[in-house]
Amino acid sequence: MATQTQIPVEVPVEDQRAPVIEPGHSFSTIGEKVSNIVLKRPVSLGWIFGFLVMFSVMNMLLMAMGYLFLKGTGIWGITIPIGWGFAIINFVWWIGIGHAGTLISAILALLRQSWRNSINRFAEAMTLFAVACAGIFPLIHTGRPWLAYWMFPYPNSMNVWPQFRSPLIWDVFAVSTYGTISLVFWFVGLIPDLATLRDRAENPVIRGIFGILAMGWRGSARHWHRYETAYLLLAGLATPLVLSVHTVVSFDFAVSIVPGWHTTIFPPYFVAGAIYSGFAMVLCLAIPIRAVYGMEDFITMRHLENSGKVMLATGLIVAYGYFIEAFMGWYSGNTFDSFLLWNRLHGPYAAWYWSLLTSNIFIPQLLWLKKFRTSTFWLWVISLIVLVGMWLERFIIIVVSLHRDFLNSAWGMYYPTKWDWMTYIGTIGLFLTLMWLFVRVLPMVSIAELRTLLPEAHVREEEEVHK
Amino acid sequence: MSDASVENSVYGLMAEFDSPQELVDAAHKTHGAGYKEIDAFSPFPIEGLADAIGFHKNNVALVVLICGIIGGLSGYLLQYYVAVLSYPVNVGGRPLHSWPSFIIVTFELTILFGGISAAVGMLALNGLPLPYHPVFNVPAFSKASDNKFFLVVSSTDPKYDATRTREFLKGLAPRAVSEVPS
Amino acid sequence: MDENNKHQGGPDVCPGKRKQLDLQAVKEQIEETTGPEYWRSLEELAGSDDFREMMHREFPKGASEWLDSFSRRGFLKTMGASLALAGLTGCTKLPPTEIVPYVKQPENLIPGKPMYYATAYTLGGYASPILVESHMFRPTKIEGNPDHPASLGGTDVYAQASLLDLYDPDRAQNITYMGDVRSWTAFTEAVRGPMSAAKGIAGGGVRILTQTVSSPTLAGQIRDYLKANPQAKWHVYEPISRDNANEGAKMAFGEVVETRYDLSKADVIVSLDADFLYAGFPGNTRYIRDFASRRNPDGNMNRLYVVESTPSSTGMKADHRLPVLASYVEDFAKTLAAAVGIKLGGFDQEKSRGATEFDKAVAADLTGHRGSSVVIAGDHQPPAVHALAHAINQALGNVGKTVFYSDSVDANPVNRGQSIHELVEDIRGGKVDLLLILGGNPVYDAPAELGFASALKSNAVALKVYLGTHSNETAELCHWHVPEAHYLESWSDARAYDGTVSIVQPLIEPLYGGKSAHEIITILAGQPDLSGHDLVQGYWQKQHSGSDFESFWRKSLYDGWVAGTAYALKTVALKPATQADVSEMGGLDPGNVPVYELNFRRDPSIYDGRFANNGWLQELPKPLTKLTWDNPVMIGPAMAARMKLTFKDVVELEFQGKKVKGPIWIQAGHPDNMVTVFLGYGRTRSGQVGTGAGFDVYPMRTSQALWFASGVKLTPTGETYDLASTQGYQTMETPDGSERPLVMERDLEEYKKEPNFAKEGETPKELTLYPPVDYSKETYNWGMAIDLNSCVGCNNCIVACQSENNIAVVGQHQTLKGRHMHWIRVDAYYQGPRENPKGYFQPVPCMQCENAPCELVCPVGATVHSSEGLNDMVYNRCIGTRYCSNNCPYKVRRFNFLLFQDWETPQYKMMRNPDVTIRSRGVMEKCTYCVQRINESKIDAERADTVVKDGELQTACQQSCPANAIVFGNINDPNSRVNQWKAQSRNYSLLGELNTRPRTTYLAEVRNPNPELKTERSAG
Repeated sequence: MATQTQIPVEVPVEDQRAPVIEPGHSFSTIGEKVSNIVLKRPVSLGWIFGFLVMFSVMNMLLMAMGYLFLKGTGIWGITIPIGWGFAIINFVWWIGIGHAGTLISAILALLRQSWRNSINRFAEAMTLFAVACAGIFPLIHTGRPWLAYWMFPYPNSMNVWPQFRSPLIWDVFAVSTYGTISLVFWFVGLIPDLATLRDRAENPVIRGIFGILAMGWRGSARHWHRYETAYLLLAGLATPLVLSVHTVVSFDFAVSIVPGWHTTIFPPYFVAGAIYSGFAMVLCLAIPIRAVYGMEDFITMRHLENSGKVMLATGLIVAYGYFIEAFMGWYSGNTFDSFLLWNRLHGPYAAWYWSLLTSNIFIPQLLWLKKFRTSTFWLWVISLIVLVGMWLERFIIIVVSLHRDFLNSAWGMYYPTKWDWMTYIGTIGLFLTLMWLFVRVLPMVSIAELRTLLPEAHVREEEEVHK
Repeated sequence: MSDASVENSVYGLMAEFDSPQELVDAAHKTHGAGYKEIDAFSPFPIEGLADAIGFHKNNVALVVLICGIIGGLSGYLLQYYVAVLSYPVNVGGRPLHSWPSFIIVTFELTILFGGISAAVGMLALNGLPLPYHPVFNVPAFSKASDNKFFLVVSSTDPKYDATRTREFLKGLAPRAVSEVPS
Repeated sequence: MDENNKHQGGPDVCPGKRKQLDLQAVKEQIEETTGPEYWRSLEELAGSDDFREMMHREFPKGASEWLDSFSRRGFLKTMGASLALAGLTGCTKLPPTEIVPYVKQPENLIPGKPMYYATAYTLGGYASPILVESHMFRPTKIEGNPDHPASLGGTDVYAQASLLDLYDPDRAQNITYMGDVRSWTAFTEAVRGPMSAAKGIAGGGVRILTQTVSSPTLAGQIRDYLKANPQAKWHVYEPISRDNANEGAKMAFGEVVETRYDLSKADVIVSLDADFLYAGFPGNTRYIRDFASRRNPDGNMNRLYVVESTPSSTGMKADHRLPVLASYVEDFAKTLAAAVGIKLGGFDQEKSRGATEFDKAVAADLTGHRGSSVVIAGDHQPPAVHALAHAINQALGNVGKTVFYSDSVDANPVNRGQSIHELVEDIRGGKVDLLLILGGNPVYDAPAELGFASALKSNAVALKVYLGTHSNETAELCHWHVPEAHYLESWSDARAYDGTVSIVQPLIEPLYGGKSAHEIITILAGQPDLSGHDLVQGYWQKQHSGSDFESFWRKSLYDGWVAGTAYALKTVALKPATQADVSEMGGLDPGNVPVYELNFRRDPSIYDGRFANNGWLQELPKPLTKLTWDNPVMIGPAMAARMKLTFKDVVELEFQGKKVKGPIWIQAGHPDNMVTVFLGYGRTRSGQVGTGAGFDVYPMRTSQALWFASGVKLTPTGETYDLASTQGYQTMETPDGSERPLVMERDLEEYKKEPNFAKEGETPKELTLYPPVDYSKETYNWGMAIDLNSCVGCNNCIVACQSENNIAVVGQHQTLKGRHMHWIRVDAYYQGPRENPKGYFQPVPCMQCENAPCELVCPVGATVHSSEGLNDMVYNRCIGTRYCSNNCPYKVRRFNFLLFQDWETPQYKMMRNPDVTIRSRGVMEKCTYCVQRINESKIDAERADTVVKDGELQTACQQSCPANAIVFGNINDPNSRVNQWKAQSRNYSLLGELNTRPRTTYLAEVRNPNPELKTERSAG
């Protein structure tokens, strides 16, 4: 039963659509091609150079954080009334990006989408790294980061506890759970491939390392049986989880009373937005990687096109979200809500709002055309634009809602400082550094799962043999 | 010939096949022939292979269910204890036991416990991590994670007999049959 | 460090002779030690002379501000050791002379229990009677003297903030000769020579320049000296003088009189450019109280007409406000005079503005209220306007009912302009050998054309002595600089606006061994051994006729004033000539609009510049503009539109050849064709706080144009400059055209028709999903009500709160970012046409919501609700997510984005209220209803095993409020005043529709416009 979910019985080669794996591959060629990137491929100058660049960008983050801990959050642009700025914007943005990974590996697994198999591995890695980047912000955005651990419920001499009605506490639990489960899911998926690498590695040290990581996996039929049940259950658990995480993040806003935050549409619209940006990031990474490492056979145009379709769909949901917000602002007749709408369209940040609409709604409509869906170049460009757009969305939601709320007398403006930018760009550096390492030390596509896609992997039951 | 010391030093007999199909067929035959202590090895999961060697259901799901429930309960009880018993304080005029606010943490902890138990439970039931296993003594077995498929009959099987079992396995037209030293 | 001081006091720990120090040595010495030893070693160091000398070598005065905007120095960190350490030498000891505590005091000091002393703060000669709270001999808070007629418990911002001046680390700390440290004896030696020389020639060549003196003792001293040395002269100068009022009085009555008003009896008040509801106007504290007492729409409500040039908080409270050029006011006054039937020879209605509907209505209203109306003229209006005001008041029979005359509070009411002018001439003429400048800062603020500075620089004067608190512009040009003792450090006396004398008793030994004017004069008089205490007591011994002087003296100190010293009322007759005199002074010909009129006004926060180094006042948002740290070039909207000027634009002003640059501020309600600039900024030697802030306009200010004159040119420079205003948006109309119900306001008639107008949009209490929390069981259940009708936007509450709650000053840089820390702010809103809008003031402290949105979202429960309904803030628990602030619809929460509090400067440590935590970086803070006061009274009540009675307990803002606009109390006590207020129909919750259930509610504003002027009003 369990196996059903794992292997689609449809044979891709007979399919009219672009195949999920190019013909001419055997069990061992797949293993070879994927594992060689890790085991055999020499470390190129280009890789080293790129790594150094990313690494130095990452160090910008460390510098910014160092100065932050030294001086306090005052080095940022935040103020009263705009108590949250880049830190929370980036947090929401990164968490959102993470969602694609889990979606691909969990939800598409449940939906038995065979095309997921070759992109889920690095999509999951992407999730982990994105969550890592996101996780930094809730910590450092506090005024006294060295006390941030007070947000966890632990018995203490002061006999005080966190305040469980606060969405921030929900965040703590949601994000940490999300991180943990993603890691577990990712690692479970890795075990058989680690075994493959163990058996293929010549260098005894590397062999030893992979040996330890593989934990003595030997591909026993019993093990596979339990393994698949576990994998299925993890997928089943991760699916509601991934939907819940951005819902909880959206509660940070929806639960408050700030005009522009206090909205019931936030949960679905945040989740859609998350997947939207997530797939954009997948494409941003997949397109160059498959080119550089010759993965076109495994990450085929079919994958890219499907990702494009997902973006189009989620993008439309997001657009609907914007529309409803605007509609409600007008329809409610509430003076604060209607002003919020006015302020977005005409206020000091109007330019940001319009570019948000352009990059998140107008431009992605190009994806209706197969021409753009099947052009790696255009897909890549559009994905970049969407990533920017989704960042702008969070900027609009957080800053523009806060800077002019209830009392006219308390209105203010938000001007990000160089430290805000350094922190933001720094996390991008961190993310790419981790990605850079990942593609060289771990199999970036799932060998075992790819093998199951080969026609010879499918067996006919023949009861008669035993009759 | 049938000398105990020899038999004990042997883990079992291993037949090597080239394709999933052959392995599954072989497994069926072996199991049908009354061998119970057998195991099959493949680089990727093969549909029906477990059934073929007579392994039909596992307990991972049960473990996850139990742990999930524990997680959920502990989540809610923690919040109830904190907000109502240990640290009751008026927050924004809300009731102490404001259960709607407690749902999310409860949910998250259910997932957390369930998810971890799925992975840990699977490994535990599989007896992993396991630093040493006899099958690795057969040189050809390094291909078990690549493109070869193996069937092993354990020497502890009541029906096991070094010569007769070897003959039987040969009858399955494997690429080779080798002895697995323990 | 406090500890050390408290107990052992004084510089009695004296180090042995030490080798010449250099800064490095000091640093090492300090770094080696930690904890208590750290401070002790500092103290030893500071005590030593060579250390002092070293400091002066190492740090030139007015040490520069470090430009790292994120470091404490960016916002007023004091310049390390040089200033801070020296403060330690003057530790906190009670003065050796006996001072008498105020009311219900413990017999002797109980640690942790504050003592209160009655004394008086003096500004421009007028005393504000105050009570000073003292913790372990350290004055920590200034409050009004509730029993004194001039205060009735209220204060003004300057009195409140004068506490910070006491502890200002920039105060001059040594007697210096040409900048080098000298001893007091060295000084007396130095002056003895010239003195005796002068004696020979009957004091010829001796000149004494003081500020306005109302102290009988000091006046007596000087007069005695002048009697003995008839050739010596006493000059008086202050940039903000009452010359016009005095001249006006002379014009009207032939003599200088003090004019005093009883606004509690006035039904109709007409202000001729008089800002009588703001600090700086003599008697303002009492006037505010009386004015506010007549603003209750359910009682007999008064009506205020304000004809003014520069918009003022008084104007914003007016029922009818008429913005006119300052030079038109005289015209208006004449029209009014004519209308109430005063014959003005040669005054021609036609030539004047011609009686408008407004003039008629005002005149009618006045004549309708003979004996119960009052006309007040502003000090910057020419004498004629004052004379006319006197005439009108006489004609209306207000004298003796709402207007009273008495002797002048000013002991030497000479014409300031003339006086300083003569002095400069004498200096130029080489007639001056010894010049004593007692206080003030003439080099900075004397009329430009006199060239006081250059006169002083020239070596015409043999010996120049300056007594002043700071080493300022004037000190720089004098030979000797003697640090002046703060009024909380020295003995004196002074008269309130009604003449009542308060004894100024010191609460603390001079921190830096400062001297008072009294002591300087004693040297002149050749009696240097007399202390301030002897002098003051001696003087009153002479005055005291009764038998038991001891008890009389004790009582005077105890009460805070000398019984029976209030001036007797005078009856003065109008000189028949008045009319003629008046008509000669030709008002401006209204026919042709003149080139722009330039107006000089005192700055609402730093007055004439004397408070430039006071952080509290620099950061105090000015009543209308809400500007901090700067003075703008203020113009009206129409003019700005014509000249295409916007905020931030920097313009160059040219007036009589003098050029000054400053940033534009477009002020709603500012008359067209007029420019207002404010005095007191652009100080060059003020200290770390004031030096360099704003731009100096004194160079444009001449004796001919002390207050206003036409003929100023404006030229845009193309430069821009950011002004730090603390209010985001100043109208209740939002840019999208809709309007928000923030300040509820109606006219009297409308209110009578619909008394509950303010409650619209408030959600009914029962509309909730939750079981409501029950507070009724508690003994106490705190709440506050603020009467918007009474509030006159005087800013007192802000400073009082800052002082009571140890609120940090963050500096211009951070204020620009919007990070000011005030726990209570006073929002100013305009409504209607920008040329002449209605104005409202709305004090906003924490609302202490019952359904507090902030509490719900705090992840660590750092802000939670107390059983008595307080929205408590737990600093120690706060991790600083700022979520609470985001979710606070009133935005009353303040966050320590950086280390705003000064944790190092010892002076500030002495100043702080020991009952209130010093917040550190990364922590949210906000109004707590002065929870420290609440708990203190609760404990006291418990000890006396009773409950806190209504009125016994006052929050800092409530206590300092001269208008009685704030009431705080127990809403579980049905008879409490706060309950009575909340029961009124005007009572409403701000943003009530959010159902946050604020504990702080407002009484809506009701204006009392003249029915005749309805149309004019609706037009603005």
